Amino acid sequence: MATIKLSANKIDELKAVCKSFNNEKGELINVLHKAQGIFGYLPAEVQEVIAKELSISVAHVYGVVSFYSFFTMLPKGEHPVSICLGTACYVRGAEKVIDEFKRLLKINVGETTPDGKFSLACLRCVGACGLAPVVLVGEKVFGRVAPEGVKDIIGEYTK
Amino acid sequence: MSKYKMHVLVCGGTGCHASESDRLLDNFKNIVVDKGLDNDVQVIATGCFGFCEKGPIVKIMPDNTFYTGVTPDDALDIIDEHIIKGRKVNRLLYVNPENKEIISDSKHMGFYKKQIRIALRNCGFIDPENIDEYISRDGYEALAKCLTEMTPQQVIEEMKKSGLRGRGGGGFPTGLKWEITSKSESDVKYVVCNADEGDPGAFMDRSILEGDPHSVIEAMAICGYCIGGYNGLVYIRAEYPLAIERLKTAIGQAREYGLLGNDILGTGFKFDIELRYGAGAFVCGEETALIHSMEGLRGEPTVKPPFPSVSGYYGKPTNVNNVETFANVPIIITKGADWFASIGTEKSKGTKVFALAGKINNVGLIEVPMGTTLREVIYEIGGGIKDGKKFKAVQTGGPSGGCLTEKHLDSPIDFDNLIAAGSMMGSGGMIVMDEDDCMVSIAKFYLDFTVEESCGKCSPCSIGNKRLYEILDKITQGKGTRDDIDSLRNLGSVIKDTALCGLGQTSPNPVLSTIDNFWNEYIEHVKDKKCRSGQCKALLQYVIEPENCVGCTACARNCPVNAIAGERKGIHVIDQTTCIKCGACLDKCKFNAVFIK
Repeated sequence: MATIKLSANKIDELKAVCKSFNNEKGELINVLHKAQGIFGYLPAEVQEVIAKELSISVAHVYGVVSFYSFFTMLPKGEHPVSICLGTACYVRGAEKVIDEFKRLLKINVGETTPDGKFSLACLRCVGACGLAPVVLVGEKVFGRVAPEGVKDIIGEYTK
Repeated sequence: MSKYKMHVLVCGGTGCHASESDRLLDNFKNIVVDKGLDNDVQVIATGCFGFCEKGPIVKIMPDNTFYTGVTPDDALDIIDEHIIKGRKVNRLLYVNPENKEIISDSKHMGFYKKQIRIALRNCGFIDPENIDEYISRDGYEALAKCLTEMTPQQVIEEMKKSGLRGRGGGGFPTGLKWEITSKSESDVKYVVCNADEGDPGAFMDRSILEGDPHSVIEAMAICGYCIGGYNGLVYIRAEYPLAIERLKTAIGQAREYGLLGNDILGTGFKFDIELRYGAGAFVCGEETALIHSMEGLRGEPTVKPPFPSVSGYYGKPTNVNNVETFANVPIIITKGADWFASIGTEKSKGTKVFALAGKINNVGLIEVPMGTTLREVIYEIGGGIKDGKKFKAVQTGGPSGGCLTEKHLDSPIDFDNLIAAGSMMGSGGMIVMDEDDCMVSIAKFYLDFTVEESCGKCSPCSIGNKRLYEILDKITQGKGTRDDIDSLRNLGSVIKDTALCGLGQTSPNPVLSTIDNFWNEYIEHVKDKKCRSGQCKALLQYVIEPENCVGCTACARNCPVNAIAGERKGIHVIDQTTCIKCGACLDKCKFNAVFIK
C-alpha cells in the first residue's frame, strides 16, 4: 500500500464526501466524480481512502476508475485541451488539428507538458457538430478550428 | 407568456452557447432594461432551434422573424431597429442560397419545410428553466389525464396502439416493454431514462434535455404509473453539464408544483426522480451495462434474458427507455394514439430526430416523419453537399450503423428499411460524406472507436474488433492483400453472430457495409495501392511535373529527408523510396510543379 501523502484536511473532505453518500458502495461512481472534482485526478492514495470508507477492495475501485474514460489517474494540465473526435469533427479534419497540437506542444495525446500548463486529450462528441471541428480548452469551446488556428489558441493561454 | 407584447428567443443550446449566445442573451437583457422596455419585451434563452449551422439563432415573436449568425454586438441593432422601429434587420436574415431571396419566417425555409416536430415540439419555443412555460403548452396535461381518467392498462394499450418504438437504437415497441415490466411482480420497480448519448455525432437527447426537460419528467411519471414503480432514475453523461443543470432545475420545479413527490395532483400516486452520472463509456448505452454502472460497477453488459423488465437495477424490474422515446409519450396521450400512428410508415410510426452533420450545408438537428427519404433529408433539408462537392455516402446509426450510398437515397427511412440496407437507425446520427472521404479510413475510424470502447468482457468484441482494426490499418498503409478483404468479411460476420451485447453485435457494420457498397475502393487500396480520395497518406505519391519545374531548388532545400534530386535550373525528381510524404515540397513550390498522384 502506498503511503498516504494527502494532506489531512483533504482526506477529511474526501471522507465527508463518502459519508454524504452514506458510505454506500453503489454510490462509488458519484463519489469518484466528487473526488475528481476535489483533487483534479484520482491518484492511488485517493482510491485507497475511498475503498476503505465504502468497505470495498481497492481493486474494485481501480477497476471502476480504469473502466471509465472520464476518470483520470494523471493530473491534467492547467489548461486541459480536448479535441473532439466525434464523427462530424473527424470528417471535417479534426485529425490534422490534433497533429498540430501535438507538434506545437511537443506532447502526445494523454500527456501533460513538462511545465504543467497544457494537457492533451481526445473526446467523443460535445454535441456542437455545427461548429466542427471543435476544440475545448477548459470549459471554453473553439469552433471551426483549422490547423492554422492552433497556434493562436495556444497563444491565448501562454500570454 | 401573454403579458408581454414581444418576445426575444435566444438559442441556449450547446452549439449556440459555444458561439457566445450567453453573452448575446445578457446584452439583450441589459439593453431591454436600459431602454425601459422590460415590461413589454421578454428575453428568454430557449433550447436548440436545430439550425446549428447558422447559429447563434434569435427568434422574435409574435412575427416569427428568424435571425441567423447573431453576434453579441448585434443585440443593439435588433432592439433599435426591429423591436422599437419595427424594421427587420435584413443583414441578419436567412438568405436562400439558391435564389438569394431573403426569408424571415423559418417555416418557409427549406431546412424547416419538411420537418414535423413532435419530440422537439418545445425546443426553441419555451424557456426550459420555467415550468410555467411548459405548462402553458399543455405540459403535464397528459400526466393528469392518465392519473385521473385512465387505468394503467388503458395507458399501456394507448402506447401499444400508437406504435411508438424505442428511439435509442433497438426499436423495441415501447408499450410492450411497459406491459412486460408492469406484469413483473415486485414491491419495488424502477423507471430509468437512458441519457447516456454516446454515439459520436448525435446530440438529440442532449438537446431535448436542455430544451424541454419537463417532457421527459412527465413521461417518466406516466411510465411509473403504468408499471407500478415509484422510483425514477436518469442516467446521464457527465459530459453534459448544461443538460444536467437544466434537468435538476426542472425536477426541483416539478416537486414544488406537486408534479413529483408523494401525492401527485392529489391522486395519491407517488413518484420521484434522481440523477445518476455516467463517466464516459459508450457501452453504458446498452441497458444491462447501464444498470451495472448505476450500481457503481464497471459498465459491463450481461446476457439477456433476464431482461431488465424482469430483473434490472439491484435485481428489481426496471423499465429503461431513451430520452427521445420519453419525449414522445406526453403528446401521444394528449393527442391520441391514432394521431401518432397516422404519421410514419407501416411499421415505424411517428417521427425521428436526426443529427445531421458532416459535409453538408445545413448542419443541425432535424425531425422528420418516418418514411422520409434520404434524398429529401440531404438535399432539401440539409441543403446539399458542402462546397458543391459530390455526395458519396451517408453514415447512419453511428459506430453500430453502416454507410449508405447513392442507390439508397430514395428509399424511405424507417427501422426496417435501414436494417435491410445494412445499416440501422441507431440513435439518429447522420453523417454525410463527400468524394474527399476514403471509405476504408472511415471504417477504420469507427473500429478505432469500438476497440477503445469495448468493455473487454467477451472475446469476439474485445479481440475480434482489434483484429479488424489491424487489418484495416494494414490496408490503409498500403500493405493489404486481396485475402485481407475476405478476412474482414469472415471475421466481421463471426463477431456479429457471437458477441455478447449490442455493441459487439453491430460493431462490424461499418466495415461490412463499406465493403459491400465500396468494393472497388477496397480493391484499389489492396491491388493498385491507391486511395482515390487522397486520405491514406501511405498510398500517396508526391510527383514533380517536368513541364512546370523551373529548377529553383526550393523543394530540394526544404525536403527534410533529402529525397529530391536535381541540378539548379534543371528538372527535379522525387525519390519515392525515401519520401516520407510530409508535403513540404508541395507547400514550397511556387510554380505548381508538385502534385499528388
